[in-house]
Parts: sequence; C-alpha cells; structure tokens
Amino acid sequence: MLLIRCPYCEEERPELEFRNAGEAHIARPTNIAAESDDDFEKFFFIRANPKGVIYERWRHIHGCARFFNAVRDTVTDKFVMTYKAGEPKPAKLPGASK
Amino acid sequence: MAKAAAKTKAAAAPASVERRPALAGRALSAPGVKVEMLPPAERISLRAPEASLAALSKALGLTLPTKPKTSATKDGRTALWLGPDEWMIIDEAGNDPLADCAKVTALHSAVGISHRNVGISVAGPAAAATVNSGCPQDLSLEAFPVGAASRTILGKSEIVLLRIAADAFRVECWRSFSDYVFTLLSEAAGDAAN
Repeated sequence: MLLIRCPYCEEERPELEFRNAGEAHIARPTNIAAESDDDFEKFFFIRANPKGVIYERWRHIHGCARFFNAVRDTVTDKFVMTYKAGEPKPAKLPGASK
Repeated sequence: MAKAAAKTKAAAAPASVERRPALAGRALSAPGVKVEMLPPAERISLRAPEASLAALSKALGLTLPTKPKTSATKDGRTALWLGPDEWMIIDEAGNDPLADCAKVTALHSAVGISHRNVGISVAGPAAAATVNSGCPQDLSLEAFPVGAASRTILGKSEIVLLRIAADAFRVECWRSFSDYVFTLLSEAAGDAAN
C-alpha cells in the first residue's frame, strides 16, 4: 500500500484514506460567459495526462477531508511531494536532477 | 400457539418515542479482546475558524486541540481533532455540548450528531490487532499514542478512532454502518487472538 503524506495531518497515511481529484492548477476563467467554445473546451475537458511528473489534486477524504496538491510520477506511481491547496506549483522538485 | 399469541401481543404494543440506540447492549468477548457497544452519548460536529477557538474552548470547558491526530479530555467530555477546522465533541457525562456552544457569539457551526453515531469499545491486549484488521493506520503506541484520534476507515466504512488507553480504543461510526462495523470487529476479535 502506498503511503501519502497529507500536508494538513503532517504525516504519511495509507492510500485507502485518499481520493484522487484530477489535475491541479487549473484556473477557472474569471469571465466564463465570455469564453469562446474552444477556450471553454480546453479549460473544461482537456487535461495534460503526461507520462511522467503530474500535478494533481488529492483529497484526504477519510481523514481530515482536506483537498491538497500532490506531485506524482505516472510511470513509477511514486509521490514526489505534496503541498497544501492554494500554494503555488513548487519551482524545484526534491530529488530532481534538472 | 403460544408463540403466535406472543407475536400478536408485540404487534399491539403502543407506539413509543423511547430512544433505541443501534445494536444496544451487544458485546462479544474473545480471548485477548472484548468488543462491546457503548452507552449513548452526546456528540456534536464542530467547525470553527482559529479566531473562535478561545471562546469555544471556554464554553465547552476544555481546550480544543489544534495539533493533528490529537484529542483533549476533561470531565467526561472529549474533543477530537478531525481536520484543521473540524472537531468532534463526545460528552459521556450527560451534558449537552450543543447548548454550551449555543451561547458562543464567535463564528462557528455546531451540529448535533448524537443519534447519527454509535460508539464501540474495543479493549484488551489484542485491541490494536483487532482494529488493524480493517484499519490501515499504524496503531503502534509510537505512531498512535494514548489520546490520539483520527478519522479513518475500517473495511468499507468510515470511522473515527480514539485511543483511550494503551490497549483500548473507541470506534465511532454512523449508526447505519454499526452492524457492519460491529460484525467486522467481532470476526477480527476471534482472529486477533490467534
């Protein structure tokens, strides 16, 4: 079982307590009524789905119930780091060579 | 014949508003651990920002814990940290924490959940092994000391777990899940002894 660090509980918890909540850092348009259909489609449906490092929202649903962000590698399924919701994308990932 | 007569008599019993807690009185003893339903208690779900904590703590008569996975107990009343702005208050002394919170003018939300939840006691040397049968958390005394409290899962059901002693836990679950939770713990109690 994976252990995921919850930034609010400040410790690693078993993955069964968590739920994935899709890609992180997707900004909602400020004026959604003025969005063109193409832009709305990009915002609403189109996700990066990369092979490698992905920034995701996760929710500690069976714990503190908080949403937070996690950096995960989709190839190894390893969690690189987690940080609180609302915090900016980390500029440098721990253990990154570049 | 007598059986049929008894059945008719039971059906004719007048409607009552008497409170019947789920699975009241059920208990199971296995070598090394005892699982039993706890008597009814007053409970509230409390949500509040940091600025309201001092006023709420004063009204409730105990200091609301702010550290993750901790609890505070005083005079039969326990406050469990569930989230950064969320607590569960359990009062076993018969006082109503909802009434205490009603006097507080500071911003907060207090919801009575006394009848939503039931408490199950798991006590004995094999208590941790019994709970661990369905709960994936590390329940060693280093990781989950006495007084530690956490919302977590037990099998397919969400529970709130509180360690009241080195070898005793209080498992809080929704009453509709209580049959599942109690049965799972009972089965686990038999296995934990081996």
